[in-house]
Amino acid sequence: MGNKRAAFAVPYVGWLALFVLAPIVMVVIYAFSAADGGFTLENFSRMETYAVVFTRSFKLAIIATVICLLIGYPVAYMISRETARFQRIAMMLVMLPMWMNFLLRTYAWMSILENTGLLNRFFEAIGLFQLINSIFGTNIEYFRMINTQGAVVLGMVYNYLPFMILPIYSVIEKLDVSLIEAARDLGANSAGVFRKVIFPLSLPGVLSGVTMVFVPSVSTFAISKLLGGNNELLLGDLIEQQFLGTAYNPYLGSAIALVMMVIVVVCMAVMNFFGEGEEQAVML
Amino acid sequence: MTKKTSKLNQFFMALVFLFLYAPIFVLIAFSFNDSKSRTVWQGFTLDWYVELFRDREITSAIGTTLLVSLLATAIATVVGTLAAVGFFNMKKRIRRPLMTVNNIPMTNADIVTGVSLCLLFVAFFGVWKDFAGWLNSMGFQLPTRLHMGFATLLIAHLTFDIPYVILSVMPKLRQMDKNLINAAQDLGCTWMQAFWKVVLPEIRQGIVSGALIAFTMSVDDFVISYFTAGATTSTLAMVVYGMTKRRISPKINAVSSLLFVVVLTLLVIVNVREAKQEQKK
Amino acid sequence: MKKLFVLILALALTLTACSSGGGNEDRVVNVCGWGENIDPDLIEQFQKETGITVNYQTAESNETMYAIIKQGGSDYDVIVPSDYMIGQMIAEDMLAELDFSLIPNYEKIDSQYKNLSFDPDNKYSVPYTWGTLGIIYNPTLVGGEIDSWSALFDTKYAGQVGMIGNPRDAIGAALLYLGYSVNTTDEAEIREAYKLIADARDAGVYQGFFMDELYDKMEAGETAICTYYAGDFLSMHSNNSDLQFVVPKEGSNWFVDAMCVLKDAEHKTEAMEWINFICSTEACLANMDYIWYASPNAEALEKYPAYYEENNGESLDEELFQVMAAPKEVLENCEAYLNLPSETLQLYTDLWVDLRI
Repeated sequence: MGNKRAAFAVPYVGWLALFVLAPIVMVVIYAFSAADGGFTLENFSRMETYAVVFTRSFKLAIIATVICLLIGYPVAYMISRETARFQRIAMMLVMLPMWMNFLLRTYAWMSILENTGLLNRFFEAIGLFQLINSIFGTNIEYFRMINTQGAVVLGMVYNYLPFMILPIYSVIEKLDVSLIEAARDLGANSAGVFRKVIFPLSLPGVLSGVTMVFVPSVSTFAISKLLGGNNELLLGDLIEQQFLGTAYNPYLGSAIALVMMVIVVVCMAVMNFFGEGEEQAVML
Repeated sequence: MTKKTSKLNQFFMALVFLFLYAPIFVLIAFSFNDSKSRTVWQGFTLDWYVELFRDREITSAIGTTLLVSLLATAIATVVGTLAAVGFFNMKKRIRRPLMTVNNIPMTNADIVTGVSLCLLFVAFFGVWKDFAGWLNSMGFQLPTRLHMGFATLLIAHLTFDIPYVILSVMPKLRQMDKNLINAAQDLGCTWMQAFWKVVLPEIRQGIVSGALIAFTMSVDDFVISYFTAGATTSTLAMVVYGMTKRRISPKINAVSSLLFVVVLTLLVIVNVREAKQEQKK
Repeated sequence: MKKLFVLILALALTLTACSSGGGNEDRVVNVCGWGENIDPDLIEQFQKETGITVNYQTAESNETMYAIIKQGGSDYDVIVPSDYMIGQMIAEDMLAELDFSLIPNYEKIDSQYKNLSFDPDNKYSVPYTWGTLGIIYNPTLVGGEIDSWSALFDTKYAGQVGMIGNPRDAIGAALLYLGYSVNTTDEAEIREAYKLIADARDAGVYQGFFMDELYDKMEAGETAICTYYAGDFLSMHSNNSDLQFVVPKEGSNWFVDAMCVLKDAEHKTEAMEWINFICSTEACLANMDYIWYASPNAEALEKYPAYYEENNGESLDEELFQVMAAPKEVLENCEAYLNLPSETLQLYTDLWVDLRI
């Protein structure tokens, strides 16, 4: 394929310039502006007060990403070993929940996790609390699951797990079987095969999955409001407050968003650096 | 690879699927609840399904959502695939920054993308007003006041859909054996023919995955749509968020349940047909 | 496959062309209100009677509505914000003066809802609904009656209280408990109120800061005490008749949602017609029955108990009606929100962020 084919991308590059770059330029301008129109660094000076929110968001996002990886990788691997028909159905089933309205799914988790929710009522019905109380001498009537950071992480994992499963599955499924057979022929056991052949080759998919989970987790907002009881602010809440909240301040909102964007881009660059020379995270 | 699966594996997969679908079953169950509550069961009823079709706001929102999502997916798939091919053929030096820009809608928070696009459109409308006014003074009859509407909504959806398609197709292009095209051309194909007959089948799975993800992103998007749809167009996700002031009506549960059933049915039909075809062979 | 694609593309282009400017021959009005805040039959009725197409969109809060209008991205004609937001919009010159000659039904509005503090000359708004903020609680879970804002800050109820997730209402409740005005601009008073909330939060009194999640939580008995609006209480009550509503003895806030027309609205005449239609007694009665918020139309309020009986086959519980339409004695003990100066608003925002940072 000659470089003439590169011309195919030209219309899209124009689109990018207009609808991606131009708005970003506006965000940058807003980040450095004050309400009266002048240039200012005031918006950034407030970042220090929000440092806690930044660390909290990134911490929870990292935890959610790790959990998604620990669950998603095995699932993707197991699905890839099933029959072709099972694989197709499984992939559709993995995507399907995401077509249900996001808010609705989060509300459903509230119904499940609340003190009077389905899980606790189920535990009560099977006598779990009575058992625990009799063994440990405590007096609990329910597990407190809702309005905690744990519930927020659960919400993140739930919403973004499919985005971890799909890329990893896609890469593993296309792995050259002969490589694995060759490894076995050379004397490696299952663990060795996995460690030295399968996992390294699946890395592009892993990186992709990690990106697809980490990035939205950092900027999510409704989840902390509904599952975290609105007790602690995450980055998404903070940004949303500036644009849709009590004090309309698009300048501060743009500044926070800009800082978040820069941190995320840096994280992704670091990740790609470890990605065996792939130039950017592979998607699917 | 052996196709053995142990009971443990199957149990683990079942657990994960249970996890994924538990809230779905809950929300389907409460679509039959004879009250607006999501926690107190007051009896079985099909009222919400009936009322759903009488609610003009919801039905028009469903129509708009489907239309914009399908359109955006279709256009994004074509544009994204072509752009991916184009990018693939560029020098690394040019491609790298372009791919970074391409990833921006993904790395940016939804609300920032939505607001910035809104500002862009508003600025454009302002400029247009002056421009059209000037042209009108010379005898043309252009509308001076443009609105946000389906067009701006579609543009916004395309902006965040196309990157997903590109990121799906690129790795498949890379996985593809470059010699295939040369081989095809050696055998007498033009480049176009080689593209259609050789490249496309190889990257087909990437295109399909990209389209699927793009559609999913479009269907459930709220924030970006909210800022770019204008006063006359509503998507389902926007309607649902508007309901959170009082309480989300179970009519929305009903809509989601119907969607679930429809897709599930399609899945079953496709699989039954394929099974029958395999039997025939 | 290719043909299908070309067809879709053609459809897309035609739709795009249609939506960006054509269709101006039909009469249209763009309304933005709250979700589930209007009887959908009213929209149909209006369209049939006048031939004007109604585009009804919803916003989830005053602030969301304000943001989208401020961005310049909306083309709403009629909006239905709350009192303090109307005050803010008037101050920022975002509203158009109403032409009352086109709104004859306006005289049906009870005079106590006219010329309110946020719109003293009543040039920009027509009241839509009104109500009171109060404490909703579950006597069974709480083990008694409640009559004071202290319940929201009492460690006796630790882990059972759901504080409201709206800074003005939350700090307002604390201000009322401390005996200050909800509209105070005194920084010391506001900080004192904030400290009350922060201390209560640290002592574990609150489950969290909720808004509409409270419906489900109160009904299920997940939360025992909360503060929310009168009409919403009635909705919760229908699912859990244990719940009680009380306007605390220290007084409370009474709110008004009103219809306004945006300054650069394109369809001002249609907007006035819509407002006039909504003010009519029949429309108010139907709306009250659907959303359970009191209407400011005096005639409609009077006729409502009979209307309810006719429609629902049982007589209206006097107590519930008093929650919906608080009697004069209760209202005298209540304050309406004013638009606060921007420094105070900024203080509220900063405190609210500090609370959860």
